[in-house]
Amino acid sequence: MAGKPKLHYTNGRGKMESIRWLLAAAGVEFEEEFIEKKEDLEKIRNDGSLLFQQVPMVEIDGMKMVQTRAILSYIAGKYNLYGKDLKERAWIDMYVEGTTDLMGMIMILPLQPADTKAKHLALIIERATTRYFPVYEKALKDHGHDYLVGNKLSWADIHLLEAILMAEECKADILSAFPLLQAFKGRISNVPTIKKFLQPGSKRKPQPDEKYIANVRKIFNV
Amino acid sequence: DGELMFQQVPLVEIDGMKLVQTRAILSYIAGRYNLYGKDLKERALIDMYVEGITDLMQMILMFPFLPPEAKEKNLESIKEKATNRYFPVFEKALKQHGQDFLVGNKFSWADVQLTEAILAVEEKIPAVLSAFPQLQAFKTRMSNMPTIKKFLQPGSPRKPPPDEHYVQTVRKILKI
Repeated sequence: MAGKPKLHYTNGRGKMESIRWLLAAAGVEFEEEFIEKKEDLEKIRNDGSLLFQQVPMVEIDGMKMVQTRAILSYIAGKYNLYGKDLKERAWIDMYVEGTTDLMGMIMILPLQPADTKAKHLALIIERATTRYFPVYEKALKDHGHDYLVGNKLSWADIHLLEAILMAEECKADILSAFPLLQAFKGRISNVPTIKKFLQPGSKRKPQPDEKYIANVRKIFNV
Repeated sequence: DGELMFQQVPLVEIDGMKLVQTRAILSYIAGRYNLYGKDLKERALIDMYVEGITDLMQMILMFPFLPPEAKEKNLESIKEKATNRYFPVFEKALKQHGQDFLVGNKFSWADVQLTEAILAVEEKIPAVLSAFPQLQAFKTRMSNMPTIKKFLQPGSPRKPPPDEHYVQTVRKILKI
């Protein structure tokens, strides 16, 4: 039996955070090796660990997996968080792509130049409240179930909770027009593995601060 | 009229669903038509390959919409990424297992996506495969598979490279 999955990334959220969420929600313990300086990245590039020279990289089940979506899909499939058939998987994939787009916008906010930050933040809030959240609110309303797909906890639910919490960090009352999402947030936050991940001392990473962003810029040349 | 889940295209009506989000649509088709490997691990490898190829294709997709002064530099970047980051991975994979297809000795979504990418890059950089003999042979093999061969012939739904008229139309419709 293989050991615990090992995550290779910087000590911050970025693209690895969704992977941390999914593993934690699935009850899977993992280890982390942090890239703290450029040399750390160069080392794993040079030893052939990174298929496309990029992180995230997760060592899992004898594979060195790269590409965030590939890693997430594998974990979802392995831990039965990917629906019961092809059609449920398609719904989960669609929902996850939406939350990925939203979280992608939030992820790059700290990297925006000062003069466009306010505009970018406004766009995030607009997209969250007019393009993305209405979709999930409607889905929950239409079927009246606790979970987005197939009346069962899936990757889509975990990803949506992560997106909701990130959006609330942008605007605390961003869910004010979405009563079902508010209830959803409460419900999913109380799933035991997720509740544990939301407590201090877990591997969940805090919001990026100036120091972290400066280091990320140096390591990745952005 | 509520057809587009996130107000965006592509949209594909298939098997009673209105699917959006390119990756979701592709994954569904791959799964449905047995082009997604035989188990979770093969699927993982196909996903990794496809995601890498998608990153390269994204550069090609954006290229026509760049301002003229950025185009030359971007073309250099496409050439560099194709020849230093992406193509070497697939050249090595084919060399190592010596099989006809990228994953599991069986035709998969990864092979289709790579073929598409090779042809798209060659349209911009005709000699891009010069250092990749395995990929040259792969391209020939894939192009001769009956369904792909048919798609590569005139009269198929395959679309030509974007021209100025198309780019202007897209800009207008999508307001970009």
